[in-house]
Amino acid sequence: MAMNPCVENSAEKLMAYDVEKIRQDFPVLNQQIRGKQLVYLDNAATSQKPKAVIDSIVHYYENDNANIHRGVHTLSERATLSYENARKTVQKFLNAESKKEIVFTRGATEAINLVANAYTQVLSAGDEVLITAMEHHSNIVPWQMLCEKTGATLKVAPINEKGELIIEELEALVNKNTKFAAISHMSNALGTINPIKQLIDMLHQHDIPVLVDGAQAIPHITVDVQALDCEFYVFSGHKLYAPTGIGALYGKIEQLEQMAPYQGGGDMISVVTFDKTVYNKVPYKFEAGTPNIAGTIGLGAAIDYINSIGIDAIASHENALLDYAVEQSKRIDKLRIIGTAENKGAIMSFVLDGIHPHDIGTMMDHQGIAVRAGHHCAMPVMDFFGIPATARASFAMYNTHEEVDALIAGIENLIEMFG
Amino acid sequence: MLDDLRDLYQEVIFDHNRNPRNFRAMDDADRQIDGFNPLCGDRLTLFIKFADGKISDASFQGQGCAISTASASLMTDIVKGQTEDEAQKLFTLFHKMATGEHVEMDELGKLAVLAGVCEYPARVKCATLPWHTLDALLQGSEEPVTTE
Repeated sequence: MAMNPCVENSAEKLMAYDVEKIRQDFPVLNQQIRGKQLVYLDNAATSQKPKAVIDSIVHYYENDNANIHRGVHTLSERATLSYENARKTVQKFLNAESKKEIVFTRGATEAINLVANAYTQVLSAGDEVLITAMEHHSNIVPWQMLCEKTGATLKVAPINEKGELIIEELEALVNKNTKFAAISHMSNALGTINPIKQLIDMLHQHDIPVLVDGAQAIPHITVDVQALDCEFYVFSGHKLYAPTGIGALYGKIEQLEQMAPYQGGGDMISVVTFDKTVYNKVPYKFEAGTPNIAGTIGLGAAIDYINSIGIDAIASHENALLDYAVEQSKRIDKLRIIGTAENKGAIMSFVLDGIHPHDIGTMMDHQGIAVRAGHHCAMPVMDFFGIPATARASFAMYNTHEEVDALIAGIENLIEMFG
Repeated sequence: MLDDLRDLYQEVIFDHNRNPRNFRAMDDADRQIDGFNPLCGDRLTLFIKFADGKISDASFQGQGCAISTASASLMTDIVKGQTEDEAQKLFTLFHKMATGEHVEMDELGKLAVLAGVCEYPARVKCATLPWHTLDALLQGSEEPVTTE
């Protein structure tokens, strides 16, 4: 994979990784929960926001707020420039060839729905859509809906006991009827990182377009969509230290140009009469209505912030935390990690023998520690492992080894209480 | 350091979680119904037998957190011998207690150990799932109950 130019001196940045300095950039971390210092380990659900992102939104509303495109006054020009600059920032972050290939959406979910909706005009009965058994509901349900509308069939490639995709079985599901594949880059419930380039190359040998769900991968992995050669890549801003309600769809220009619009309205048209409407060019064809301008600017600011640290340096830090957490967790006999893929990101999903994840969640909260407890919007994954839910600790750029210690001590405390 | 959690997790709750009462299938149940909390994946099947206008036996199976397991355990114990009306009345009282409304605790008997749940909005449904399931069963429903 080609390296993102923003991280060319990542080794140098890694040496200088200063987590305490980074923590000072995140105001929310500096608080107590039930009298204890907050330890925020629910980053796979959503990450906290640095001051730079919060400030960019405040600055926009205090100085530049206006509707974008077509406005001739100064504020509108400023707002438009900031909005389109954010598009360029996302383009560079993904190494897309053109900024026209970046469509702003509410998040990864809306981006997937946008593509699935367009494919209702492409698929028909007898066709097949291929996904994997580790997908988040957002990369399952839109394809089920597409299949219901078109008569196509959903095929699901299985995973093994470690939570890894079984590549040969995925390949065995590919046939001449396979018309689309949607695969997560990294599993939100298990942490598994898929060999996405290898999968895309294989699927392309059969001329199958591929959508990569990058919602979980984007804050941890350098993404180069040209090197990956995927048709679509989607992500949400809020897992990338940006606000909620903003995300992006990358689509190859030739794909986007052929696709039907998702929603009709203002901004997505060039001419409207009661007889006929001529749609705007991409990406605007897919951005009906006044968009989330402030959120988009916040997304641009979040990417600038990440680039100032270096995503590879962030990933190294997070992986060190994961390794440390896994090592420390071995001293807890009752703990079993769910998702032990060889290649995985900074997510530790676990169960405790005889203690339900919801009880774990409440008892950890009482110690100031925020972890997720539940099915993580991946009920089929839970079914596969024969469990109703897991507890999940997930790490971000601002987490520390001391917080891992607090996590482990917190688990030991609650086991003792449970008796 | 978890002392303040004792309001929610009383020893009685741990006891019922470790050794749930009436935790069994009932082949000759008059009615049975499934309850499901899609938020957390908890599910239970509730079995009820009637005799002489009263609930003569109650049992459950399934998987859930300590709060929902203890709640189901306590519920199946307490409704045995009650008429449908009495059980319905108790459901109303329990629901009020769990959601923080004022109730006379004496009327709730052993169920009062679950009163602490009203301080934990995310956990109220854990405690009420068995009761919503019983309520639906008594009203003659056969559809699975969900708390959402």
